[in-house]
Amino acid sequence: MQEFLPQFIQQLFNGLSLGAIYALIAIGYTMVYGIIGMINFAHGEIYMIGGYVGLVTLSAIGVNSGVPVPITILCMILIAVAVTAVYGYSVERIAYRPVRGGPRLVALITAIGMSIFLQNWVAIGQGSRDMAVPNLMPGALQFTVGASDFTVTVTYARLMIICVVFFLMVGLTFYIKNSKMGRASRACSQDMHMANLLGIDTNRVISFTFILGAMLAAVGGVLIALTIGKLNPFIGFIAGIKAFTAAVLGGIGSIPGAILGGLLLGVAETMAAAYLSSQYKDIVAFGLLIFILLFRPSGLLGKPEVEKV
Amino acid sequence: MKNITSAFLAAVLTGIMIVPIFGLQLERKGINTEIVPHWSIVLWGMLIVFAVQLVKPYLFKKRPGVRFNLPRVPTLNPKSTNLLLGLVFVAAIIWPFFSGRSQVDIATLVLIYVMLALGLNIVVGFAGLLDLGFVGFYAVGAYTYALLYHWAGWGFWEALPLAGVVSAFFGFLLGFPVLRLRGDYLAIVTLGFGEIIRLLLINLYEFTGGPDGISGIPKPTVFGYEMTRKASVEGAQTFHQLMDWKFSTMDVVIYLYLMALVLAFITLIVSNRLVRMPIGRAWEALREDEIACRSLGLNPTRIKLSAFTLGATFAGLGGAFFAARQGLVNPESFTFIESALILAIVVLGGMGSQVGVILAAIILTVLPELARQFAEYRMLIFGLVMVLMMVWRPQGLLPVKRPQVEIPNE
Repeated sequence: MQEFLPQFIQQLFNGLSLGAIYALIAIGYTMVYGIIGMINFAHGEIYMIGGYVGLVTLSAIGVNSGVPVPITILCMILIAVAVTAVYGYSVERIAYRPVRGGPRLVALITAIGMSIFLQNWVAIGQGSRDMAVPNLMPGALQFTVGASDFTVTVTYARLMIICVVFFLMVGLTFYIKNSKMGRASRACSQDMHMANLLGIDTNRVISFTFILGAMLAAVGGVLIALTIGKLNPFIGFIAGIKAFTAAVLGGIGSIPGAILGGLLLGVAETMAAAYLSSQYKDIVAFGLLIFILLFRPSGLLGKPEVEKV
Repeated sequence: MKNITSAFLAAVLTGIMIVPIFGLQLERKGINTEIVPHWSIVLWGMLIVFAVQLVKPYLFKKRPGVRFNLPRVPTLNPKSTNLLLGLVFVAAIIWPFFSGRSQVDIATLVLIYVMLALGLNIVVGFAGLLDLGFVGFYAVGAYTYALLYHWAGWGFWEALPLAGVVSAFFGFLLGFPVLRLRGDYLAIVTLGFGEIIRLLLINLYEFTGGPDGISGIPKPTVFGYEMTRKASVEGAQTFHQLMDWKFSTMDVVIYLYLMALVLAFITLIVSNRLVRMPIGRAWEALREDEIACRSLGLNPTRIKLSAFTLGATFAGLGGAFFAARQGLVNPESFTFIESALILAIVVLGGMGSQVGVILAAIILTVLPELARQFAEYRMLIFGLVMVLMMVWRPQGLLPVKRPQVEIPNE
């Protein structure tokens, strides 16, 4: 029993850092869904591309070039964000805009096609094998809890994820709440047609949503690459599905819901890996999803959808 | 001038996208990762996009009044339809005897996909329930036969009906939780369900063989006679001994093809009849409007469950056949990409249109096989085709024409 608390705290930190990444990706899903009601399957790939751009930047700067580590990481994130913003914009413009307004299935198939395309796009450009990402932040925060011998180890990289994501979330919430664009995007998610009538350029709002989502996902990609230390072109898919699960869990269309869902999913998965078996963590994630939807089909923070005739 | 600016902008955006992926390629040198620049690729990419953007307005200028008339499934009277169907069926039976081995092999694969797509067509096309985990039922069918063979020594023909029944049961089970869900929630739950099945197959190591799967699954027998060089049981007669033929592996390939043909044909007939039955009409009604359907006294629970169960049954039968054809099953064959492929076939064919689905199955299976020499670019092209098809022809290749009356608006 004495061992339980520190181990629990250890897993909580691991889960929160993983969940923070899910939350970052989930926001992209939830915002896009909230506005145009489509599942952007290619979103996970944007996250993966973010990781790759970060790695390219890191290799361009050089690991031991004397540039301070925080500046290197900042550069990686900024460049990754810039490039994926272009990806997010182009994907929407080329693939999704022409099928908007059509049947939902068509948009979904387009997105799945885009996801397959982007995976292989990167696989051809950068090779489909695992790429090693050098560890920029060795070392960890270590502490003990109470009288137990078990040392809780939280690597700096994981701490960084939690901090960065926390500040991004606060910033995002303020931005959506107070800025002109944020207000416009909230208006669009309530009623796109009405927003258009009131003079909001809905096309711009949709592009903005995709760009913002892509940028957040890219930050997630860079951070996870630095933490886990490897990358391959196919990591985006499963991360994307998990993040979507997180978005549904929290109630799709709701940004706080996506954050909550991401964190919950990350913690649940890590706990399942620690206390059940590491092989069952994905099953737990999907099982949780089905379970939640059974009892709260609109997610934890979502509003129940009322269908009108 | 406006054209040039927009083309220039597009080229710059392309440049930004290509540089980190193709322009600066990462290469591993020992423990270090180095960057090898390939600027020419970037320049070419930008140039091509610039040129295309520049001429695009002239190429795709919208001419008012001119509209392409989309080909639809021509309406024939039932008699000639049956005749045509019969002719195609006979041609399909005769064809493999005059064809090469690899062609017949690919044709068998096509037929498996036809069967799966027709099964999914019931769920997605007729009942309008978006199912992204269809491959789960396919896996259940394949593993039912594989496990029955592995643990109990069952043959294909004994296992086939059971594979259908077990898959149907799983479809029924999945049907329950998703009854309350709509649209995209439904999609994601079915996706989760498909993934759970795959993950369970990987993780139940003792029972399913884990990632290695189960191998050495025997091919189907012909009325109890094996299609192998030597009988597996001492003293038993094999098929070629019975017929007094020389043993050839081509016979097995053709036999498998014919079986796939029969299975696909049965699926076609059954699903074709089903839509015309009250249950099929109910599916379509449910797809069009659930609330109206409910108001008319139809029971959505029963309708949805029947669609899921029937779709899953066909997937299960296809799965059992797949296991027999491959001789081995492993979880690798049942990934999400497979579900996406089957769904793409259904949507590309024109939802609910059976002829379209068959055509799309042929295109989507044969094209990647033809592109084998570009193996690296295969999936890239596949993804691109999926996107382009949806952009240009979202209603599918051969959309169904439903009898309808339009009320004039004016």
